[in-house]
Amino acid sequence: MHGFFETDILSDMQKPFYVKVLLVVTLLLGINAFAQEKDHSSSEEKGSLKTEIKEFIGHHLLDSHDFTLFTIDEEKNEHVGFPLPVIIWDDGLKVFSSSKFHHGESVAEVDGNYYALYHGKIVKTDAEGTINYDEDHHATNVKPLDFSITKNVVFIFLVSALMLFLFGRMAKSYKTSALPKGIGRLLEPIVLYIRDDIAIPNIGKKHYKKYMSYLLTVFFFIWIINLLGLTPLGVNVTNNIAVTFALAILTYLITTFTANKNYWKHIFWMPDVPVFMKIVLAPIELLGTFIKPFSLMIRLYANITAGHVVLMSILGMMFIFKNWIGSPLSFGLAFALSLLELLVAALQAYIFTMLSALYFGSAVEEHHDH
Amino acid sequence: MEIPTIVGAGLIVIGAGLGIGKIGGSAMDAIARQPEASGKIQTAMLIAAALIEGIGFAALFAS
Repeated sequence: MHGFFETDILSDMQKPFYVKVLLVVTLLLGINAFAQEKDHSSSEEKGSLKTEIKEFIGHHLLDSHDFTLFTIDEEKNEHVGFPLPVIIWDDGLKVFSSSKFHHGESVAEVDGNYYALYHGKIVKTDAEGTINYDEDHHATNVKPLDFSITKNVVFIFLVSALMLFLFGRMAKSYKTSALPKGIGRLLEPIVLYIRDDIAIPNIGKKHYKKYMSYLLTVFFFIWIINLLGLTPLGVNVTNNIAVTFALAILTYLITTFTANKNYWKHIFWMPDVPVFMKIVLAPIELLGTFIKPFSLMIRLYANITAGHVVLMSILGMMFIFKNWIGSPLSFGLAFALSLLELLVAALQAYIFTMLSALYFGSAVEEHHDH
Repeated sequence: MEIPTIVGAGLIVIGAGLGIGKIGGSAMDAIARQPEASGKIQTAMLIAAALIEGIGFAALFAS
């Protein structure tokens, strides 16, 4: 059968085409054999590699007490980066450098107390750094209050300083002329967009001014910090749920404290519905006021986390495949996904600002007859 | 992750995908009918999509 097929092709078709087919077949078989060989020889190694990649991604998603740019040798504990200050409250304020932890390898001794890093969190230990566990394998060591300048805090400070500098310059340039100078030319259309297309339609011409500062701050903060998350620095501020929680709670507080009588009336005693419905609607509406900021928090956190995890998993494919398909595939997918993440970075900032404006708008809406 | 969790996550993604797809399709229809209102339609579309996405993510975290 095989021989017949071969001779058939040789007689009927031109030689170059046959050669081409043979080439492709050989190539495909070659890849297959190569892949299978890899499978047999290193299935155990592959399993450990997968857990290693998972650990690396998990580590990337956590906040850390030192700023590591890259690791030279994992076993020898050689990293390139710089330590950050640790500030903890444990019977008094204690400030020391995170270099004392040696990237979690050793126990730091401060004023006779010993501290160690356990999954990125500071715990109090004895001189040997013993970690005690309960039945559910959770550490039972005392956790001191941690006010450290961690990697996330450093980047929040940096972005705040950058925004203060950029918008300060932009504001100053308006004193001399109606046209902004320098970076202000880039920022002015965005500021105007937020005012004309987000704030005014949702909040109304009468009240929008007092919310503009918050809307602009939150938009540019989320946008810039999301964009920094796409750089190779390993910044991941908005995929820390504490950060998005703080942003959402600000929106909640502003909505609650600037709300007028009409807003509260619509929550506790909905007008123009029967009394029975008023009683049913009140708890639902009250719950709704908490769900709104909660969904803001989850949306931003989950979007950015999902983006980072998928991007890093795609990069990890390179180390799992270990053949000539892996690298181009991984590179191509990572490139496409990075472009998508550029869009997501701006879109999430837009959505957060937009929904905040919507909630503020409902808080200041005037009573009108239905 | 166990298998029921993965299946649940898949179902959530199917549901959210269908919902956002329907919103996108309807927005396309609306823009085709009234191109001058495309700005308003896009805004409404993004808000609706974001709300579905929020619920989808909440469910994914619960699963």
